[in-house]
Amino acid sequence: MLRIQNIRSFYGNLLVLKNLSLHINEGEIVTLIGANGSGKSTLLKSIMGLLPPRQGLIVFQDKDITHLRTEKIVRLGIALVPEGRHIFAPLSVQDNLLLGSYSRYSFRNKSEVMADFDRIFDLFPHLVKKRKQLAGTLSGGEQQMLAIGRALMSRPRILLLDEPSMGLAPIIVEDIFAKITKLRSEEKTTILLVEQNAEMALDISDRGYVLETGKIVFQGPREDLLENAEIKRAYLGK
Amino acid sequence: MGSIYALAALGFNIIYNATGIINFAQGEFVMLGAMLMAYFAAVLKLPLLLAFIVVVLLVACVGLILERGCIHPLKNPSILVLVMITIAASILLKGVTMFIAGKEVHGMEYFSGENTVVDMGGAKVPTQTFWILGVLGVVVCGLVIFFNLTLAGKAMRACAFDRTAASLMGIPTKRMVMFSFFLSAAIGGMAGAVIVPISMADYQSGAMFGIKGFGAAVFGGLGNNFGAVSAGLILGILEALTAGYLSSHYKDALPLAVLLLVLFVKPSGLFGSEAAGRLKKF
Repeated sequence: MLRIQNIRSFYGNLLVLKNLSLHINEGEIVTLIGANGSGKSTLLKSIMGLLPPRQGLIVFQDKDITHLRTEKIVRLGIALVPEGRHIFAPLSVQDNLLLGSYSRYSFRNKSEVMADFDRIFDLFPHLVKKRKQLAGTLSGGEQQMLAIGRALMSRPRILLLDEPSMGLAPIIVEDIFAKITKLRSEEKTTILLVEQNAEMALDISDRGYVLETGKIVFQGPREDLLENAEIKRAYLGK
Repeated sequence: MGSIYALAALGFNIIYNATGIINFAQGEFVMLGAMLMAYFAAVLKLPLLLAFIVVVLLVACVGLILERGCIHPLKNPSILVLVMITIAASILLKGVTMFIAGKEVHGMEYFSGENTVVDMGGAKVPTQTFWILGVLGVVVCGLVIFFNLTLAGKAMRACAFDRTAASLMGIPTKRMVMFSFFLSAAIGGMAGAVIVPISMADYQSGAMFGIKGFGAAVFGGLGNNFGAVSAGLILGILEALTAGYLSSHYKDALPLAVLLLVLFVKPSGLFGSEAAGRLKKF
């Protein structure tokens, strides 16, 4: 569904992604693990067109999206929940969700968008009571739910999540991971999960990739990653 | 007069919020509005409403051309480069206006007839004052509605707050920048069109509108529209008081002196605080 071939991305003159390739099949949950500065967020930025790669190819559903503008990529059905959530703090919860539907909002499908509000509130019942509140006043966990809900409002075929567990209490992380699993089983959303919290992320994934200094150094089904001695030591703390 | 500064300050804010730059050509938009209005209404004798609409659209288009021609083509310009461009644009607009309209001062009669006044408890208030206040009121209401109730307005606020996140929502951030230039040029044009019967205009009056409007924008807390309107009105009143009680020679100086003082004491502006800056809301 999403295929990344030999991309090279730079920050200025600094080569961050070195001939990186990976692919995600429809309906999969794929986890990407790697240390700080290994290029995980850079990869997501490259996919979204925020930092287009200088070389290589990104193909989504047989369409070359390597050099498309971000808003076009969103329109095609890729959504990113960015690291640090990036919700619109001065706007209400409801307006945040509404903006999430910007790419497909029009007079004609207004009712469809309204129905999606209910979908999101079903998934995250926490947010219902707070829909009129300013997003900046929510707790960290609620902001993360809002960020995911907002991304879902564009009805993505594939959802990219950048460190959804960052800075959250373990119990909330569990809740959010449960929601991610539910998304895949109920809405058939394909998911690419980028996580430091490698064990939890791998538990809900089908496959995983390990990224080290801009290169994929290991890939395989969940079990292979969980049982690999090297990965256990470096990422799973065992 | 204060209303004009408030309108100019709103123009500064809209572009600042969308792009993070100060558009130094904002005063020129006001000047263009004034010059064009004098031309259409006094020389061509178009009906007032028609002239007003044409003027606003023309100035808005100038804003649009400025953005399309000078700002948009740059890929990753630094803030400094963008600010320089707006300064260059302001000099260019001034020059072109002088070339076409000459160096004379242009004016026109009040919207409600030559030198009509309303007697308010002994003070003679020119009728044009009410037109100016009316336009300010309409613009402020319009902006409140736009930014709080429409999807495009909310999208613009989202852009102002977090550009990357906005583009991740599929919001075309570059088009929002273009629209912000269109909108603030239109507001500048309106300000010019209503002020010209009172203050008259020539090719270089833009600088004064620009500086005072910028003053009001900073005074009220850059990016804060409520602050801009209040600060604009306060500056206008200060100016009138100076002219009345001290001397009209100092009328331009005192408000700017007060502005400097405010900036020394509270650089974030009267209504701008760190927290409010983050949670900015119209």
